[in-house]
Amino acid sequence: MINRVFAGALALALPFAAVQAPAHAQEKVLKAVMHADVRVIDPVWTTQTIANIHGALVYDTLFGNDADQKPKPQMVDKYEVSPDKLTYTFTLRDGLKFHDGSPVTTKDVIASLKRWGAKDGVGQRLMGFVTKMEPVDDKTFTMVLKAPYGMVLESLGKSSSSIPAIMREKDALTDPQQQVKEAVGSGPYIFAKDQWVPGSKAVYLKNKDYKPRTEAPSSFAGAKIPGVDRIELVWISDPQTAMSALINGEIDFYEAPPNDFLPLLEKARGVKLLKTGKIDSTQGFIRLNHLQPPFDNVKARQAMYYLINQEDFLRAIVGNPKYYKVCPALLTCGGPYENAGGREWMKEYNPKKALQLLKEAGYKGEPITVLSASDHATITPATQVLIQAMREAGINVDAQSMDWGSVVTRRAKKDPPAQGGWNIFVTTSGGVGSANPVLHTWIGAACDKGLFGWPCDAKIEELRNAFGMAQTEEERKKIATELQTRAMEQVVYIPFGQWDTPLAYRADKIDGIVPNTGLAVLWGITKK
Amino acid sequence: MTAYIVRRLFATLPVMAVVALFVFFLLRFAPGDPAAIIAGEDATVESIAAVRAKLGLDRPMVEQFFVWTTQLAQGDMGVSIFSNLPVTRLISQRLEPTAALTLSTLFVAVALAVPIGVVAAWKARKWVDRLVMGFAVLGFAMPVFVLAYILIYFFAVQWQLLPVQGYQPIKDGFWPFFESLILPSVALGITYMALIARITRASMLEVLAQDYIRTANSKGLATDRVLLLHALKNAAVPIVTVIGIGIALLISGVVITETVFNIPGLGRLTVDAVLKRDYPVVQGLILVFAGAKVLVNLIIDISYAFLDPRIRY
Repeated sequence: MINRVFAGALALALPFAAVQAPAHAQEKVLKAVMHADVRVIDPVWTTQTIANIHGALVYDTLFGNDADQKPKPQMVDKYEVSPDKLTYTFTLRDGLKFHDGSPVTTKDVIASLKRWGAKDGVGQRLMGFVTKMEPVDDKTFTMVLKAPYGMVLESLGKSSSSIPAIMREKDALTDPQQQVKEAVGSGPYIFAKDQWVPGSKAVYLKNKDYKPRTEAPSSFAGAKIPGVDRIELVWISDPQTAMSALINGEIDFYEAPPNDFLPLLEKARGVKLLKTGKIDSTQGFIRLNHLQPPFDNVKARQAMYYLINQEDFLRAIVGNPKYYKVCPALLTCGGPYENAGGREWMKEYNPKKALQLLKEAGYKGEPITVLSASDHATITPATQVLIQAMREAGINVDAQSMDWGSVVTRRAKKDPPAQGGWNIFVTTSGGVGSANPVLHTWIGAACDKGLFGWPCDAKIEELRNAFGMAQTEEERKKIATELQTRAMEQVVYIPFGQWDTPLAYRADKIDGIVPNTGLAVLWGITKK
Repeated sequence: MTAYIVRRLFATLPVMAVVALFVFFLLRFAPGDPAAIIAGEDATVESIAAVRAKLGLDRPMVEQFFVWTTQLAQGDMGVSIFSNLPVTRLISQRLEPTAALTLSTLFVAVALAVPIGVVAAWKARKWVDRLVMGFAVLGFAMPVFVLAYILIYFFAVQWQLLPVQGYQPIKDGFWPFFESLILPSVALGITYMALIARITRASMLEVLAQDYIRTANSKGLATDRVLLLHALKNAAVPIVTVIGIGIALLISGVVITETVFNIPGLGRLTVDAVLKRDYPVVQGLILVFAGAKVLVNLIIDISYAFLDPRIRY
């Protein structure tokens, strides 16, 4: 009887055992776990970083900012700037082709820049200076400005969201508020849409027609060499599982391991941690709602500085001092425009003084609504530290616990807290974007047109514009100091520190990670 | 019987309609806005509003409901707000892992639970019974994720016998497919095994106290024949019910197990869609789950008639 059952089971299993191994079994496959899963394939439609990592694989850009944040030609072969600095003439490289085989022309480029310029904050600022873009021929086009703008090339080479991805004209004509239907670019990897399982896996195949530049890779600039046949961005939502999979050699690359796991990964055989760039970091900050009392009063906003001991936040989020630094500044510490402007505001932790200053600013014990994310690896503990400090000071805290999806919805509401609005939320920003006053949108104070919290200060906007128009580095540094001083005084936000998120990878399996700042790039990686 | 089945199938229509109504409006009343999530960290309020308008999420709820139900009546579940892919494709991508995990878990659970439940009833109040029931209580009490991490630590990380995570489709070869299911099936199966074993024991104890069992024993029938042919068949109705409930639960997703072992099943799709407020995907999934539960219940009810001739429809 038992034998019959066993024989039957074997007979059932045999046909399955005969199934062929997948066609890509012999290919060199890079399996990478990123910080999020690819759900959107249009890097311009969203500012999600993961969509831009996808975009950087699939699409190419005219320029790429290198590790020192200097723009270098990427799709562009040569460019000229007129003596009055009002006309830029760009000529594309030979042999640029989209993944469908069609050549990249200036019509594609102009349509793509217009779409990006209508959606992205940095693009909008650039397009504010552009009066026209016209093709000279299929490979050359001009961009004419109404006034000299010193950030044209930096904007076109930016690696923070959203990158100015060059798409086919027919895709680029899609309304910027709608997602493109196909991800067909001219970048080093081709998106395999038929193999895409949103929430699980996104697959990219080597673009054999891609012609990399000859310069050495440096961050977003230089040669983009597709080093493997296939990249699989595998989404593992549980960090414990992702770490075990890396230790076990099932994945090759883990973009953002939680800080808690770094000591274990440091000891794991075959695994290495890598900090990819000197300013590749995260800045944490507290955003106050400038539209609602009490923080519509600058004195009340300034009082909040006395509740911030950055060490408390950083210990809760990161733990190991090796991976964090105290940085009482708005422009990234370690970045080219780091300065001492306004730092005096954050010299003292004194909850009693905070309450006293709040009362002087008219605070009478009304509840302060804090949007408290319950499901975020760094924002959740940071919010808890803030709430504790506020309670210690005797502030009436209305902590509203919700998932991050609800926080991003609610923070967009301008209503009073009692009617669904808010007073405070906590968030983070990339160190690369935060290093440059123009690319750093959170430092802006453009009132209703600005980001959530809506700081409103003409002087800050004037300084940001002046920074963009500055012609020398010396001038830029001076403006950056003035800007930070003013922004700290107006409390556009309150920083609570800066930390590194090193990536982890199998050093025994892969090689050639491109030192990068801003956006994890996977080109250049080869399998051993 | 045929009339009964047809009647039950028709009765699912109002059930599905109520489910559709509830899920649609509950989602809309819940906090969260997919447009804000799509627009991303550095989006302005205007940008979020523009995305919302393009997605049609600013239209009156009743209008949105009408559009969705009209599509649904034509067999179209809509497209994901995020990926722009049809909901049917997203669900069908997840069916194989879910079906494979369901079947393998049930196999592990039933293959172990029914024999030990029968043995526990047969040796009631003896040390075997206490051992089995102790094991059942432990299996039921231990959170799946704890057991899952223990299994991963020993079988994958320490001994490197099995993969930590991932699902291999059967088209990529039987062994990788089988290998990828072992740990999740065991982790999940132990909980179900505990439940089924306890029900089997309780049901068997009731049947074993019946007169006809005493008669069968008096006739000198072999113990295995008494237990398996006479007792187990008559004790089967509650056992099948529990197994059926288990199938329904497994189909609608075992989120923790799928998350810990990184299996792209329907459970994870549901949770991801809820967290991202991907309304069309959540709506489609809930309808599929409701349909599956109704169908499983129907199959269980029909099976009663075969297991117990006294039951007639």
